Amino acid sequence: MSITYLEAIREAQAHALRDDPRVFIYGQDIGAFGGAFKATKNLAKEFPGRVIDAPISEDAMVGLAVGAAIEGMRPIIEMQFADFSTVGFNQIVNQAATLFWRTQVPCPITVRLPFGGTSGSGPFHSQSLETIYAHYPGLVVLTPATVEDAYSMLLEAVAIDDPVIFCEHKYLYYHLKAEKLPSEALPVGKARIAREGRDMTIVAYSAMVHEALEAAAELVPEGWEIEVVDLRSVKPLDTDTVMASVARTGRLLCVGEAWPWGGVTAEVIARVASEGFGLLDVPPQRLNAKDTPVPYHPNLWTAHRPTAHAVAAAARKLLRL
Amino acid sequence: MLQTVLDADFVGDATSFRDTHLTAYRFMLLARMLDDKCAGLYRAGKIHGGVFIGRGQEALSVAIGLALKKTDVFAPLIRDTAGRLAFGEPVVDAVRTYLGSVLGPMRGRDGNVHRGRPKEGYLPMVSHLGAMISVVNGMLFARRMKGVTGTVGAACIGDGGTATGSFHEALNQAAIEKLPLVLIVANNHYAYSTPNDREFACRNLTDKAAGYGVESHSVDGTDLSACLKIVGDAVARARAGRGPQMVVATLLRLCGHGEHDDASYIDPKLKASPAGRDCLKVAEEHLLRQKWADAAAFAALRGEIVREIEEAVAQVQREPAPDPFTEDWRAISTGHLNEGHE
Repeated sequence: MSITYLEAIREAQAHALRDDPRVFIYGQDIGAFGGAFKATKNLAKEFPGRVIDAPISEDAMVGLAVGAAIEGMRPIIEMQFADFSTVGFNQIVNQAATLFWRTQVPCPITVRLPFGGTSGSGPFHSQSLETIYAHYPGLVVLTPATVEDAYSMLLEAVAIDDPVIFCEHKYLYYHLKAEKLPSEALPVGKARIAREGRDMTIVAYSAMVHEALEAAAELVPEGWEIEVVDLRSVKPLDTDTVMASVARTGRLLCVGEAWPWGGVTAEVIARVASEGFGLLDVPPQRLNAKDTPVPYHPNLWTAHRPTAHAVAAAARKLLRL
Repeated sequence: MLQTVLDADFVGDATSFRDTHLTAYRFMLLARMLDDKCAGLYRAGKIHGGVFIGRGQEALSVAIGLALKKTDVFAPLIRDTAGRLAFGEPVVDAVRTYLGSVLGPMRGRDGNVHRGRPKEGYLPMVSHLGAMISVVNGMLFARRMKGVTGTVGAACIGDGGTATGSFHEALNQAAIEKLPLVLIVANNHYAYSTPNDREFACRNLTDKAAGYGVESHSVDGTDLSACLKIVGDAVARARAGRGPQMVVATLLRLCGHGEHDDASYIDPKLKASPAGRDCLKVAEEHLLRQKWADAAAFAALRGEIVREIEEAVAQVQREPAPDPFTEDWRAISTGHLNEGHE
């Protein structure tokens, strides 16, 4: 028996609904229909009145979640696509993210963002928005890369007393499988060494972890041993684990699927350069998507985002420095 | 005579018509004088940032504050000093927030009209108009899930706020969920400086409610009696399960948007129109006409309110300001998940 990344998300929600009467899910098409990606399949039937269809009103969806959280509930909001969360952006960054700091009343909401590119999805169903949410104080931003993390981190997200932006990668929904759900997990806020190596550190998160791992495998016949760090959570960012890895390898490449200006890869490089400059043997590099909207056609799409080959090429360049 | 009434708790429908008016008048006057005091402190350079007062909107504001029970939900707007006081906010909370006292509900982290106590059903607004309505929806939605009944939530907005997307999303959401929401719209004819004809093109703002299947009511916002009745009825309807209610009050803001604004753009014709009446004066004349109060009672009340406000201000001015060195600078309640703290 195997379980996909998407099924893990569904199972985590079922688990949360079962264990905690304060949990409910609110989003578009998530009730009887089971969600655009079926992440809530059968949950409305299993948990009557707690998996609720919302109108196409992302602003009001998040606003409702904040109000419910004030009343002690633990709402999960499903955005149909991360791209549409921009309509609810104001409620996320100005309402949810400021509530605790302003009033000492915590705001335990989880906003699920199905994000990232898949072939043919185009400019408005492919965006990676972790950076823009991580920029705001008051939010926790999670980017699970594995089936196990999708499950355990979503459960932890619901339990956290603060607003969590849960970035679940659509490309991983069906592509990624595990044998079973985990019984224990690293806590949120800790990065993971996805692959040990000695010659270079590649820091990645979400789907890019898998491109980085494939690139590392591609470089083995050439004699290189690449270490891959999976950030797991981009906010908080586990600088210690990254720094320890760079201390071992002396070389750093950061890979992200988001746009290049600012962002997670820039943040990692800024931290390593300012706090660990002496650990670096060569200038750190980063690889991101191109600075255009996400294209529709597969030829353009595969060139727009970092792929394993592109990561390997960037790594080779860095290894020769 | 006023004194005995003022000492008695307001108990909604059971209180006599006369007592309700006297109670409402006291909160209106308290709000007017507290607002004026804050404006004075602002001009004296004692208040950082802005001061936003409710001059001309006290009748509508007090009506919603009095119609709500302490267990209800209230999301006031910037001109709701009267409603806040009537809902139960102590004068000292307002003064502490304006002066940034660390002992206030916002502890100097937020200021002026951005104050509340969410756990008591009293929401501190964000500045983005319309955004509080769906939060009230969420509280009502959660209470229904928890089996709490008989609760009502009021959200206040202006004519400008009805042009925001949040307003429409939230009103539609409340209608779909049949929530006991009472949406109070104060049409004071200007969104900051923008007149009604640049803000909406429907004949009346109540048309917006009709579009979502929401019951709506119009009221003369300068007439305390009318406000008490119409707002009270709307709250009763929502409480009785008739779904969301919208009340649109016509009135005029008798001041600038904030104390920095001289309001020179306000049309003199509007000032001379019935909407430009001062609701506090109208209420006072009504009380005199009904012989429910006389000049001596008003003078005594003013003296008492001056003392109450001066005491609060004097007390708060002695209180500590926030200290950046003891501030924890953490935006997240889960300690270890904070970024960037030393």
